[in-house]
Amino acid sequence: MANPYVLKQSKENRINIIDLTIIYSLVVAVFVGIAAGYLGSLMVLEKMALVGDALSHVALPGLAIGITLNFNPYIGAFAFLFISAVIIWHIQRTTKISFEALVGAMFTLALAIGILLYGDDLDALEAALFGDISQVSLIGATAAIAISITAILLTKLIYNRLVLAMISEDLAVSKGIKVAQTNLLYLCLVSVVVAVGIQIVGTLLVGFLVIVPAIAAKIISANMAKYAVLSSIFGAVAAFFGVLLWSTFGFNLPFPGPIVVFVGIIIFVISLVINWIYKLTT
Amino acid sequence: MAENDQYSLKVTGLNVTLQNQIILSNLSFNVKKGATLAILGPNGAGKSVLLRTLLNRLPYTGKVEWIEKTRIGYVPQNVSVSDMPMTVKEFLSMGKDTDVIELLKLVRITDENILNKRLGVISGGQLRRILIAWALNDNPNVLLLDEPTTGVDIDGEEPIYRMLNELKKAREMTIFLITHDIHIVQKYTDTLLAINKCITFYGPSTEIAKSTTQKLIYGEPVCVKTIKGEQD
Repeated sequence: MANPYVLKQSKENRINIIDLTIIYSLVVAVFVGIAAGYLGSLMVLEKMALVGDALSHVALPGLAIGITLNFNPYIGAFAFLFISAVIIWHIQRTTKISFEALVGAMFTLALAIGILLYGDDLDALEAALFGDISQVSLIGATAAIAISITAILLTKLIYNRLVLAMISEDLAVSKGIKVAQTNLLYLCLVSVVVAVGIQIVGTLLVGFLVIVPAIAAKIISANMAKYAVLSSIFGAVAAFFGVLLWSTFGFNLPFPGPIVVFVGIIIFVISLVINWIYKLTT
Repeated sequence: MAENDQYSLKVTGLNVTLQNQIILSNLSFNVKKGATLAILGPNGAGKSVLLRTLLNRLPYTGKVEWIEKTRIGYVPQNVSVSDMPMTVKEFLSMGKDTDVIELLKLVRITDENILNKRLGVISGGQLRRILIAWALNDNPNVLLLDEPTTGVDIDGEEPIYRMLNELKKAREMTIFLITHDIHIVQKYTDTLLAINKCITFYGPSTEIAKSTTQKLIYGEPVCVKTIKGEQD
């Protein structure tokens, strides 16, 4: 698959070649990065980091159905993520089996179904696995931004409740918090953000956007407020610069996912160094 | 709703079954307003389940009647804060505007520097006091405490119970307290409820000094039939 967005190096052509799609992609990357980082900060605290990763793969059959039946594959992805989240939430509540185990089972099942549905359409499978931001349109970008903002605002509303339930579920209940319902809302919001994030980095790598910005922020945050903000910023920076570098240099890659991951890892390493220097000097 | 305002809580024929196991069987007891009830029993006797049932956290049969306008503050035995980048100040002001200095004073913490420390790095005794301060934030008239000195060294235990006793008097609270410490039961509580799935002893806390009472609590469980909970 050719990368349509690799910028030519001649100065006179540069401006013309930067088409609107790249700008859409970059703006979407920032908003999705913020949303993934913000929601991921809760997932890392809950020690559910791998849940976010595994949950993302559940989107695969939904994407396949969308492509096969000719509707927006991300709606299919969200539908599958949402249904999986509800099923996992319900089984977890009634059986007390851990989230990790349930998501692990659901993820492998979804992966098997997804690969069956894709059959020999390897291009479509590749786009689903690694993302295809070249398909971002004005409507798609607007929807992704609106969804990201809504997810951030709703998460902000329930952030403290979720943190309190992590500290002690009984403590949260004693304050009248409906823990199960709040958890379900959070899982649904994660599903939405993951579905949108798949556009940028694909199902294989979207878990990264949820996990790494949060752990990088956690290393250098002295309090929760700083942690949530830094996690969001790191998510945005990784996604933005990942897409920007890919669109500028190409790296012989048809998709920006791996570059987003590398930028994120650089942020993580910088956090580790800052933390190390801080410990040495205090 | 309680028939008689003298009681903060009336429990009648309470049964709790979890995963086909009977955890609490036919518990009936009353707790007077302003009293401190000690809940005692061996491990696995259902003490924490009883508190969680009173919080309406678990399914049950029977009657649990709180007096009107009951506001419950809860201090759990276990909290997960070691890995949480949350400061004491953030925790105390979670979800509402709070005078955190005033809360610190209530639980006799004088060092305000604690506010900027992470919950995971303060001492066990400080954490317990902070949890109590948090529970007091909504001005409760009932306090449920599940082993409030977990993780506190022996020297630090009694000051916490002394503080709770003073708070109870100053704020006219009713206290429910799970503890294993017989000395604390004698000194700081009014009524003793010993359970081992069923009630094995229910009466004045001073009775715990008697060997016959201790045998009832820690020996082979013998269920006691309480007469409409008219125990004082």
